[in-house]
Amino acid sequence: MSKLIVYYAHPGHKYSHVNQVMADAAGIVDNITFVDLYRDYPRFDIDVNVEQKRLWEHDVVLLQFPVFWYSTPSILKEWQDLVLEHGFAYGAGGDRLEGKKLMLAVTAAGPEEAYTHKGYQHYPIRVFLTPLEQTARLCRMRFPAPYVLYSALQAPVTGTVQPHVDGYRRLLEAIRDDRYDFDAAEKLDVVGYENLPIRAKD
Amino acid sequence: MDEILLLAFLFLVAGVIAVPIASRLGLGSVLGYLIAGIAISPLLHQLHVDVVSIQHIAEFGVVMMLFLVGLELEPRMLWSMRHRLLGLGGLQVVLTAAAVMVIARMFGQTWSVALAVGLVLSLSSTAIVLQTLNEKGLMKSDGGQSSFSVLLFQDIAVIPLLAFIPLLALPELMDVAGAAAASDDAHHVSLNLVERLNGWQRALVTAGAIGLVVVGGSFLTRPVFRFIAVARLRELFTAFALVLVIGIALLMIVVGLSPALGTFLAGVVLANSEYRHELESDIEPFKGLLLGLFFITVGAAIRFDLLFANLGGVVTMTFGLIALKAMVLYTLSRVFKVSGSDRWLFTLGLAQAGEFGFVLLTFSVANSVIPVALADQLLLVVMLSMLLTPLLFILYDKIIAPRFTASQEREPDEIDEQGSVLIAGHGRFGGIINRILLSAGFKTTVVDYQSEQLEMLRAFGVKVYFGDAMRPDLLHAAGIEEAKILVVAIDERESATELIHYVTENHPHVHIVVRAMDRLHVYELWNAGARDIIRETFDSSLRAGRSALEALGMHPYDAERQVRGFVINDREQMLSLASVYDPDIPAHENVEYVEKTKDFMDRYEQVMQGNSAAFGSRLDRGWVPPSLEDVEAEEEQAGNDPEEV
Repeated sequence: MSKLIVYYAHPGHKYSHVNQVMADAAGIVDNITFVDLYRDYPRFDIDVNVEQKRLWEHDVVLLQFPVFWYSTPSILKEWQDLVLEHGFAYGAGGDRLEGKKLMLAVTAAGPEEAYTHKGYQHYPIRVFLTPLEQTARLCRMRFPAPYVLYSALQAPVTGTVQPHVDGYRRLLEAIRDDRYDFDAAEKLDVVGYENLPIRAKD
Repeated sequence: MDEILLLAFLFLVAGVIAVPIASRLGLGSVLGYLIAGIAISPLLHQLHVDVVSIQHIAEFGVVMMLFLVGLELEPRMLWSMRHRLLGLGGLQVVLTAAAVMVIARMFGQTWSVALAVGLVLSLSSTAIVLQTLNEKGLMKSDGGQSSFSVLLFQDIAVIPLLAFIPLLALPELMDVAGAAAASDDAHHVSLNLVERLNGWQRALVTAGAIGLVVVGGSFLTRPVFRFIAVARLRELFTAFALVLVIGIALLMIVVGLSPALGTFLAGVVLANSEYRHELESDIEPFKGLLLGLFFITVGAAIRFDLLFANLGGVVTMTFGLIALKAMVLYTLSRVFKVSGSDRWLFTLGLAQAGEFGFVLLTFSVANSVIPVALADQLLLVVMLSMLLTPLLFILYDKIIAPRFTASQEREPDEIDEQGSVLIAGHGRFGGIINRILLSAGFKTTVVDYQSEQLEMLRAFGVKVYFGDAMRPDLLHAAGIEEAKILVVAIDERESATELIHYVTENHPHVHIVVRAMDRLHVYELWNAGARDIIRETFDSSLRAGRSALEALGMHPYDAERQVRGFVINDREQMLSLASVYDPDIPAHENVEYVEKTKDFMDRYEQVMQGNSAAFGSRLDRGWVPPSLEDVEAEEEQAGNDPEEV
């Protein structure tokens, strides 16, 4: 059993097509911790002590959010700025996160083709997520491939919501039950619901 | 039944008309009720109403009032008052009675009549004095506490006096009043069960009754309240509160103690209980109405025919009595070190005779102690002195208190330290502002003129100054020229507006942060030149609204944004209206103001009906995804066919 904490951040929760359903699904997975950052801190007054304790007590930290302007929703940036303190997460004596895993579950509005050098977003999605990747590296955390859904705005009509949410639930359960192959995941750029490196139950 | 309704209507109408007028004229509610009583007395006379018997019922208001006073007073405080209660109260009764007795003897009364008269007149009016002190917020002052000690002692003393007065009976009056006394006695005996017991049994029963009140109050109220709460009926709490007060009063009568004392004790016992406020709010209206009724009956019972028959004599006696009582009180206040304006509050406040005087007079006549003719005159003296009491309070308020305020202002408070922030008014509102500024390391200068407040703050080491921020010289001394910010948090709205006027005109460099009482006050302050205006209950209302939204299941962040949207909308509306508000034109006659208000109401209605997104759009603009059509069109334009994904 690994201790998994899911941080969910979506300021427009009620307009969400995919993230809301994902969050609902994550909320009912047993024996993991689920945090809705906008619910816990509607006025952004993030409790650093509480958050550091949470990180300290979990093995896998999963951030679930929609990609807004090639970055995280603002509260997640606020959370990083405040919680990942020098001396706690990095720098002298900052080894509290060492060996843990930082994983992302993101949705992107554009299609997969857009996130190529020829596409209109011009870079692969991983490029936009490098700040978080480097954050993990600085904190000496592992950074497995993000769980990504492209064309999230069209997902309700293309029928990808349900498989993506099911995959999300399987992912969370696999992480919890130590059946997620982090070694394999680290070798991939991104994972989707079709290629999750999950080991079968014993 | 009809008669009761008619009477109730009469009394209520008289009070409803007279009291607001009296309050507006600054006379206080007591005088208003008294005048109302005088005004309707001819009518009551026509209807053959027995004013005195109504008065006896209304006297229960005093019992309720003492219960309420008890609720405000913790046992610890009562214990710390014990010296004043016995010393100040006891000496007041004894010295006043003795002084009156000496004078009565000089006028040729026998010593027994003189003593009875002295005792009757030594008592003051708990009803008038406590009511007025509460109304003026002086109850907690030194003068108020001293007055209360004396009144409580008097209320307790009434019971032994009732036992003592019959011993002074005059043989030659016995036959005349025999019949009346007999009926009165019969009534008395029926309730008082301890009269036939001997001394130690009586002591035992008395101790038992007090013990019952204390123990019952401590341990029984909670389960009873819980039992009643099951029914979920608001009026049951009221019923129980009345049962409690009336029951204790009855118990006290049965064992021959003062009902006022009993309920007061019960109040003290319950002062720390969580039901204190419930009891308070339940009893308060009954107390108010009964006391009002009592004051009306006092006014209505004044026999003007008798008064005019011997105007000179009665008036002389009344003023003589007030002067005499005031002298005794003044002397005692010196001995007990009640000083400053408190001494005058104490001296003038208690200088009347009181409602227990009525009781004792009637009782004395019935027991053949005082001749009827003399009693009638004394009754007038008691009433007249009660009628004059509100005037003495006005004298204190208007002439004596300001003088002490002024002298205190000049003496101790040379403002020696100037902060960059000036705070006018250090109450609940200004106090928090001061704490925030201090905790952020700013230097503040606080100006306030409520001495109790300041003394307490000083004890905590806060820099505060006594004075009226309205005075330009004080503002200057406090450093308004060098101040960056002036925080106006004084309680009086007109004063606040006036202060803003003065400062914006004479010290335009100062940024003013001002507390507004309500919307209209915002407009007035805006008009006076303030721009940083904070409504005192606005933010807490917003938070309450937000809590309600969250409780209804709204996501906390959505609730937060909903409330923020409301704030922006409200502010826009407020600023728009503030700019057309004119303090010299009543709002409903201000054409532009009315037009704008209408406009806002129309817009609001449209939003409510969903015809306009004016209010909603600002809320929803964030994070609404584009429509599916837009997404597809844009993808196509970008060279990606979404259908192929």
